[in-house]
Parts: sequence; structure tokens; C-alpha cells
Amino acid sequence: MKLPVFEYACPATLSEAVALLASHDGDAKAIAGGQSLVPMLAFRVASPSLLVDLRKLPGLDQIRITESGVSLGALVRWRDILDDARLRHAHPLIAAAVKHVAHYQIRNRGTVGGSVAHADPAAEMPGVVVTCEATIAVTGKSGARVIPADSFFQGALTTALAPDEIITEIRFPAWPAGRRFGFEEFALRRGDFALAAAAVFYDQDAGGRAANAHVGVIGVGDRPVRLATVEAALDGARVDAAAIARAAAAASAAVDPQDDIHASAAYRRSLVGTMVERALLSASA
Amino acid sequence: MTTRFDVNGKPVEVTVEPRMTLADCLRHVLRLTGTHVGCEHGVCGACTVLVDGAAVRSCLMLAVQADGRQVTTVEGLSNDDDLTPLQKSFRKHHALQCGFCTPGMITTAHALLTEEPDCDADRVREVLSGNICRCTGYISIVEAVLDARSAYRKPGGGAA
Repeated sequence: MKLPVFEYACPATLSEAVALLASHDGDAKAIAGGQSLVPMLAFRVASPSLLVDLRKLPGLDQIRITESGVSLGALVRWRDILDDARLRHAHPLIAAAVKHVAHYQIRNRGTVGGSVAHADPAAEMPGVVVTCEATIAVTGKSGARVIPADSFFQGALTTALAPDEIITEIRFPAWPAGRRFGFEEFALRRGDFALAAAAVFYDQDAGGRAANAHVGVIGVGDRPVRLATVEAALDGARVDAAAIARAAAAASAAVDPQDDIHASAAYRRSLVGTMVERALLSASA
Repeated sequence: MTTRFDVNGKPVEVTVEPRMTLADCLRHVLRLTGTHVGCEHGVCGACTVLVDGAAVRSCLMLAVQADGRQVTTVEGLSNDDDLTPLQKSFRKHHALQCGFCTPGMITTAHALLTEEPDCDADRVREVLSGNICRCTGYISIVEAVLDARSAYRKPGGGAA
């Protein structure tokens, strides 16, 4: 369908962009790559009176790698992540997850900030953000604040972002060398939304036992979640076949997916166990 | 709004509503009807064009967002009336039947081969997963793209 009528502004500074968003009583939306928002407009799921284009805002397209971690500017595109060889060492889980994001053409436009703001329950980046305990830096009319991942995602397409706030940066804690990780996803066709996916990582102590296990899943609820029972089962254990089987069973038991036209709840529950199993097999290999 | 950008190497100035997609602007304002519009919500890939050399879905980009950019449509891949090596390969391999998806297939494959002239069949299939064809079953399209790789490997070669 053709898009609904809206006004359009393309401010040059963050403060102008915030002022424009604040000026329309919550009826203005920020647009970056538009790869989620424009379909929402086409379906009339969203019909804002004003679109505020973020493309001219300076400095938001940078990938910064420091000792304290990896920071992705909101306007960083999937393509930029895949092309950045540094990330393969600095944060290989991000790079592994982004390989599953959408299609070739969409990766040339879609942005990290857009995906996190859109908060699709089956999207990869929100899942990695939650799994890694990343923080989301935002700026609004009352100033800047930093929101932890676990309180940012509040439901399907629902976040803690106020209508006048713009995501500026996603900050991931530093990734130690030697950390084990895996990202596994199942979709009906390549590039489609995940029916389920799992992101896992853990560190190993001197005795080869897992510590600091983090297990996050997407596609099996209204938001990405970490699975505390699975993490507890891994911490202190050797990640061998028996531990992986226990973790997979715990993952299936921990989620409560709904039936929808793409898959039944029972199928998704089984699938999420398989994704956790495969991700741990990959991590421990 | 008045927006200026380059289309196939020529500067254009258009006055459009903000809600007009780049795809509709190319077709209805600039009368470049080679770009096809299938689904209008970013699923089918028929509307793929190049923006600053990168393949994008022109139905998911507003015309006003193209301001200052270089847009290349399927019409712009060839400088004359002759077919490009990629287009010739599509003909040779019968990589189209109804032809509706073909402009998007060609622009996408052109971007891929320009960036990765040594890509393998799996990579071609991965990239073309973003373009829907309801006629061919894709096998002939993948063969055509693979067969055109040699044209992109020559220094200064390719479809330009």
C-alpha cells in the first residue's frame, strides 16, 4: 500500500532532532534506514504525523572499540558490522548474529539503532543486546540517559524509549579473549525472521569449567530473554555432551511460546532447545 | 519537497510528497519504469536499485532520503543499446520467464558481482534470497549470475 501522509524533517543536530520529536505530542517518529518503519507505514500499523530523519546527525555511524567494550552508533548499518574485520575479535558474537539479519539489500540500509528501537521479538540485535547485558544510550528533551537492556525491551514492538528520545549508541561490555560463544538461528527461508534463535557465551576457568554463562533466546516470547535456569546449569560445569543436553532441555522448559501461523508453541519450545544445543556445541567445539 | 539527486549519472530535481517512495518517484515522476514494484513492503526485491553503489530496496526508501545520493536503476547499467554481460548471461541461461522480477535480479546481482566477483553458488543463493521469482525456480538465475562472474573480474570490466 502507498504510505500514509506525513511531514518530513531532516535535522542536522541531535538537539534539533529531539526538539522536532518533542513537538508533535508523541506523534512523531524517528527514521534511520527505514527497513522496519517503512513496512509499518505501508501496512498502516504506524501513521506518524512527522518523520524525523536521523541521517545527517554527526557521529552516530561509528563503531568504537576500546578496552571497556564495543560501542555501536545508532546509525551503524548491518553492512558496516559485517565489513568491520576488527569485530571478529573484539565482539565475535555480534558479527555471528548479524550474518542472520535480513537480506543483502536490507543490510545496506538497516541500522542497529532502528532494530533496537523497533524491538521485534524475533530480531537478532535485541537478542544479542539482552544476552550481553549491553546498555542503550538515548537522548531526549530532558537529557541523556543510559538504559540497561533488561529494562529496555518491554514487549513486542514496545520499549522504554520515550516519544522524544533517540537512541544514540549501543554499548557492549568488553569481550575477553578466549570467551566461548555461539549463535544459532532457524528460519523457514534465509533472511526471514527467526522462528527461534539462541545466543550463548561463557568463560572458562583454569579447570575448563564454564563461568559467567549467558544464554539468550529470541522468537519464543514477546521480547528477547535470558534463560537463568540454563545459565545456572552451565556455570561450574564442563560443557560436554551431557551438560549440553541438560541445557537444551532446560531451555525448552524455560520458555512459554505462543501458537501462531508460522509455528505451534510446542514446535517452538522444541526448536529453542535445539538452537541452544547447537549454539553450545559450536561454543564448546 | 524539492529533492536533488543523480539518476544514472544525470542530476535530477524533483518535487515530491515526503511519503513518495524512491521506487514510485523513479517510475511515476522520472518515468524510469524499469524498476518494478511488487510487494511495496520490502519483501520481493523487484524494486532493487543501487544507491551510492549499494543494492537497496527502493520501496523502503523515501525519495526525499535520496537527496544528494547517486541512484542507479536497471536502465543505467548499460551505456548504450547493447546488453551488459550480466544481461546477456540471463538471456543465455533463460534466467527469466515473465520478467517481472528481472530488474531486481539484475541490479542485485550486479552489485554482488561488483563487490564479490569470485562469489560461489552458495553466496549467490544467499544474496538472491532477497529477490522473489515465481517463474523460474531460481536455478537458471543462479547459473546466469555465476556465468557472468568472469566479466566482473577483468580490470575495468563489468557492465558499466
